[in-house]
Amino acid sequence: MGLAVAVLAGGLSFEREVSLRSGRRVAEALTARGHRVSRLDLDHHLVAGLAEGGFDIAYLALHGRAGEDGTIQGLLELLSVPYTGPDAVTSALTWDKAVFKGLLRRAGLPTPDWVAISSDAVRDMGAGKTLERVIERLGTPLVVKPSQGGASMGVRTASVPRDLAGALVSAFSHHQVALIERFVAGTEVAVSLVDGEVLPAVEIVPREGAAYDFAARYTAGATEFFAPARLPTAVLAACSEVALAAYELADCRHITRADLIVDPDGQPWLLELDTCPGMTETSLVPMAAAAAGWDFADLVERVVTLAAETGAPVGV
Amino acid sequence: MRSIELDPNLSRYASRTRGMRASEIRALFAVATRPEIVSLAGGMPFTEALDYTAVGEVTAGVIADSGPTALQYGGGQGLPALRERLVDVMAAEGVPASPDDLVVTTGGQQAIDLIGKLFCDPGDVVLAEGPSYVGAIGAFAAYQAEMVHVPMDAQGLIPAALAERLDALAATQRRAKFLYTVPNHQNPAGVSLSLARRREVLEIAYRHDLLVIEDNPYGLLDFKAEVRPPLRALAPDRVLYVGTLSKIFSPGIRVGWVAAPEPIRDKLVLLKEAADLCQSNLTQYVAERWLGTQPWLRQVDAYRQVYRERCEALLGELGAELPPGCSWSEPTGGFFVWLRLPAGLDSGELLAKALRARVAYVPGRAFYADGSGAQELRLSFCFPPPERIREGVRRLAEVLHGEVELVRALYGDA
Repeated sequence: MGLAVAVLAGGLSFEREVSLRSGRRVAEALTARGHRVSRLDLDHHLVAGLAEGGFDIAYLALHGRAGEDGTIQGLLELLSVPYTGPDAVTSALTWDKAVFKGLLRRAGLPTPDWVAISSDAVRDMGAGKTLERVIERLGTPLVVKPSQGGASMGVRTASVPRDLAGALVSAFSHHQVALIERFVAGTEVAVSLVDGEVLPAVEIVPREGAAYDFAARYTAGATEFFAPARLPTAVLAACSEVALAAYELADCRHITRADLIVDPDGQPWLLELDTCPGMTETSLVPMAAAAAGWDFADLVERVVTLAAETGAPVGV
Repeated sequence: MRSIELDPNLSRYASRTRGMRASEIRALFAVATRPEIVSLAGGMPFTEALDYTAVGEVTAGVIADSGPTALQYGGGQGLPALRERLVDVMAAEGVPASPDDLVVTTGGQQAIDLIGKLFCDPGDVVLAEGPSYVGAIGAFAAYQAEMVHVPMDAQGLIPAALAERLDALAATQRRAKFLYTVPNHQNPAGVSLSLARRREVLEIAYRHDLLVIEDNPYGLLDFKAEVRPPLRALAPDRVLYVGTLSKIFSPGIRVGWVAAPEPIRDKLVLLKEAADLCQSNLTQYVAERWLGTQPWLRQVDAYRQVYRERCEALLGELGAELPPGCSWSEPTGGFFVWLRLPAGLDSGELLAKALRARVAYVPGRAFYADGSGAQELRLSFCFPPPERIREGVRRLAEVLHGEVELVRALYGDA
């Protein structure tokens, strides 16, 4: 006897298409496992649909703001519908990179040094004049990204003040706070965690030496992946340790992905946590699960079971 | 350790597909079709202005009178009766033609694609206005041609710049395969080539033995119904003429055509047959009957009124709302206004912010093959009603004002 599952996908974010693809795959897998699945978009009908649907679980296949910033989690808590992934507070904490990196630093976890700067500070307080100082402190090259956002959108690199200004303009187009981060050269690694269990790390190698940018993420074949990552055992263990510590620090649950860079000395640096990781054909968590010997349906079923065990929150 | 191959066919793809990648801009457009966003992006004709009762009768008449043939394969050159009607359309556009000169294609776009296939080897140079039609850029790029842009001003393509480009090519023992141009109400720049310049461009074409591809989708959509003499009318032996019913009837029926000198026409027929055997007979019959039995010029007039009113709404609001330092074309027909932003603004980077403010446009870089156009963008006035256009411009203006302040704070006033 399967569960009644609402797969939430789509929404108003710029990652709408990716989310719809994730949602379709998740829905197919759950249907094949005997669950009764409905797919719901994030639109004006959502609350009515959830209220009338009699769902046991909401599976969040959302990416971008509405799915990852805690908004939908808060709503589901209000409606007493159990859902997959971390709760509203954890989602909100990890969604804002500047906030979460601050938590990591306080906890002594390795994350590349950064400066957060808001467009208001630039426009109204003359913060644009501090760019040379930012470069002095962080060195070059730098990565500039919107403090909130996903899929590498609005992410640019810079090495001189003029490029840094241009990169800030790009980041501010997506969010009013930009993160200027020291660029760590090295091996990109994604560590997936399911219920606190660390899956094999996936190594990300963009072809033609390009960055793992939007095009590299979503063009099949533009990036090569290795699972487990081709790193020494001790380095892999260090990656797992950092990822798990961050997972616990943020009080994550069910499913989360940690993005790291391992520098040439074998030191892992945590970039961010993704609390609603992609589940498309080109996504990292399904690759990690496959390397652990789970097929896609096993993974999705596991997450749904965990959410059912957690149940609806009480007394929110 | 296992290498994960997401696309097992990667090593099999032709080298011409190498540039085809996922794009951030395209992903942003996934949200641009939502109803709360005012889209000044797409160039969709306002087909609600059609007389649907008449279209229904025409379509039913085709099935009743010619069902078996309309639902059958047709010839590679296109339905002879339709080609006769298209000659009437060309006459209205100011070009004498014979039905024998024409090859019917799946919209003007397929004509452009077949022309690319016919003429372009990898590395060949084609000339085009800068900015140029995005569909032509994509079609010629698929044949690995190198597009060299010729700058424009308010009078259209600049002949002296064309001559300069041709001389520069000759100096390196290269030659352009052809010039692709949209002389009337150009997409995306919204300007038309002046009569004097038409003659100059053709003189240069004769002097340099240059073939000209004239694409004329908007010729009949001049707000004052002025017909400028097409290049094809001035130099029939030098010019391939691409026409379409998409803007004067319907883009959904996918009827376009190309008029070409005989040897070229014969090759185009073979290429058309290789591409898709024949044009849809059904839509050719519908188009033929539409043009033969309906007051289609009155329909064109109705479209013209709609677009003129929308263009006025757009231009009026741009003048009232945009920050200093913006400049834009003032079209006298067609669908598009080309907007130049103040120094330091990048229309591609700005798109995410504009979409968050619920207005969409097309960033200028889409209309250049060489990566330029960052400071420019295209606004379409063809689809949203005037009050929505005004609202869209107000939203865009607010984004631009904020961005000007931000950029000034970041870069200083230099």
